Amino acid sequence: MIYQGHAHKYGRDIDTDVIIPARYLNTSDPIELGKHAMEDLDGEFVNKVKAGDILAAEENFGCGSSREHAPIAIKAAGVSVVLAKSFARIFYRNAINMGLPILESAEAVDAIETGDEVKVDTDTGEITNLTKGLTFKAAPFPPFIQDIITSGGLINYTKKTLKARR
Amino acid sequence: MGMTITEKILAFHAGKDSVKPGELIDVSLDLVLSNDVTAPIAIKEFEKIGVDRVFDKDKVALVPDHYTPNKDIKSAEQAKIMRGFARAQKITNYFEIGRMGVEHALLPELGLVLPGDAIIGADSHTCTYGALGAFSTGVGSTDVAAAMATGKVWLKVPPTMKFIFDGELGQWVGGKDLILYLIGKIGVDGALYKAMEFSGSAICNLSMDGRFAMANMAIEAGGKNGIIAPDDITLSYVKERAERDYKVYESDDDAEYEEVFKFDASSIEPQVAFPHLPSNTRGISEVGEVKIDQVVIGSCTNGRIEDMAEAAKVLKGNKVHRDVRLIVIPATQAIYRQAMAEGLFDIFLDSEAAVSTPTCGPCLGGHMGILAKGERAVATTNRNFVGRMGHPESEVYLSNPSVAAASAIMGRIASPSEVA
Repeated sequence: MIYQGHAHKYGRDIDTDVIIPARYLNTSDPIELGKHAMEDLDGEFVNKVKAGDILAAEENFGCGSSREHAPIAIKAAGVSVVLAKSFARIFYRNAINMGLPILESAEAVDAIETGDEVKVDTDTGEITNLTKGLTFKAAPFPPFIQDIITSGGLINYTKKTLKARR
Repeated sequence: MGMTITEKILAFHAGKDSVKPGELIDVSLDLVLSNDVTAPIAIKEFEKIGVDRVFDKDKVALVPDHYTPNKDIKSAEQAKIMRGFARAQKITNYFEIGRMGVEHALLPELGLVLPGDAIIGADSHTCTYGALGAFSTGVGSTDVAAAMATGKVWLKVPPTMKFIFDGELGQWVGGKDLILYLIGKIGVDGALYKAMEFSGSAICNLSMDGRFAMANMAIEAGGKNGIIAPDDITLSYVKERAERDYKVYESDDDAEYEEVFKFDASSIEPQVAFPHLPSNTRGISEVGEVKIDQVVIGSCTNGRIEDMAEAAKVLKGNKVHRDVRLIVIPATQAIYRQAMAEGLFDIFLDSEAAVSTPTCGPCLGGHMGILAKGERAVATTNRNFVGRMGHPESEVYLSNPSVAAASAIMGRIASPSEVA
């Protein structure tokens, strides 16, 4: 899949509490969660973000809680892809499992500034900063994870494997 | 080549003789856990898979502890989704209010997690059970949904980092201080995707409660799991509780570690993590004057009986500072009862603390102790991110129970040696 949008860039150790504060976890409705994405880090985020935009961050994005509400909120706010230098492991799993594309590339993140127009090809891992005219390559997913992604997430993947077993 | 304890447990549960770091494996699970925040999403996803029943009604645990006793209508609806599912699926290990406790204190206490087990939970602090020599790790709701259907989870075998703590611990220094010190040294992503193995003479002398506090916070260094090989202390804890077989593993002498760290535990003083990261740690002597508004003693990190006793020892004969609210939350009904029987509640109440039924509420800023703008709390919990306990401009300082109790008395972050 190819995604294209403007980048919103943040720092390192962006934790799940600022991605979606716990005071909103008494619901799991994506629309409600999307209204509060990134609220405690950047209260203006949900007003600035446009459908298809790209989130970029430094190391350890999504550290902290296992709450899947975090990738749900980001996706519901309109973000199409998250790029980071590294991801916290539960966030990484959650994003793959629920079908939010994420890519790791320190070089691409270093070159991105908020407002840059960025194109991401999740099949090849190619990240193009159209504003700066630079292209980067993220490490490809292992085939097994690629299989989960192309199945449309872990639930569809599980359905498929259970069916095959029968 | 030998294997680490983590690799051995994963190999066994993947039906293999051996595994290597980086290998992707399918792991059979002994327990799948979820709570009132994460279960509603897991249940919705489970229903999409198209199976009628969970893989094993005895191997799913559902604990309503985060927003319970329910604080509002929305949270009551969330808890109701989980309750309805538990009844329909005849889940053995569903714990209603009055029987429940903070999940990571409750499951070990009931013997539902045992040495050698492989466990996942839709709660990041599921890594707590590594204190028993189990492999346990936090995942999200979708992973739990798939695991409830299949009894399995996909995992990448993590490389192991070994942390050796030798030496005798000083007064008022416990498992919480060792783990805060360690996170301060390696950072909140210092063990990202890795297994964290704790050993050394200081760990051997640590009580079970101290070990639970350590393994609990492996995730705060980014770790996949924290683990301590079972010894006599582990086995005496487990023997009283286990109703099924379990298996004791330990790392081979020639096991391969990605990194080995050695610490002199005798030189570590009580630690305080400053806002807004658990890695922002200082020794108590380096804290300076930090006035506080609230103290919380509880949570899956430090809400166990030893933590209650430690706090009471400091509070005995003292009053909570006029400008401070002290909230004490025993993590389970059994801890609550024992604290009451041992007279600890008298000490808490005499000191003018508020004592609550088990809940995770204040730890995650859910309910029961939310901070207003500009307020500061000392908490025995595990996270001090921006807005963690309430207003985004409030602050949380993490400590052990004795420092928390001393701070409640003094109205500022204080060492227990100042009051007890």
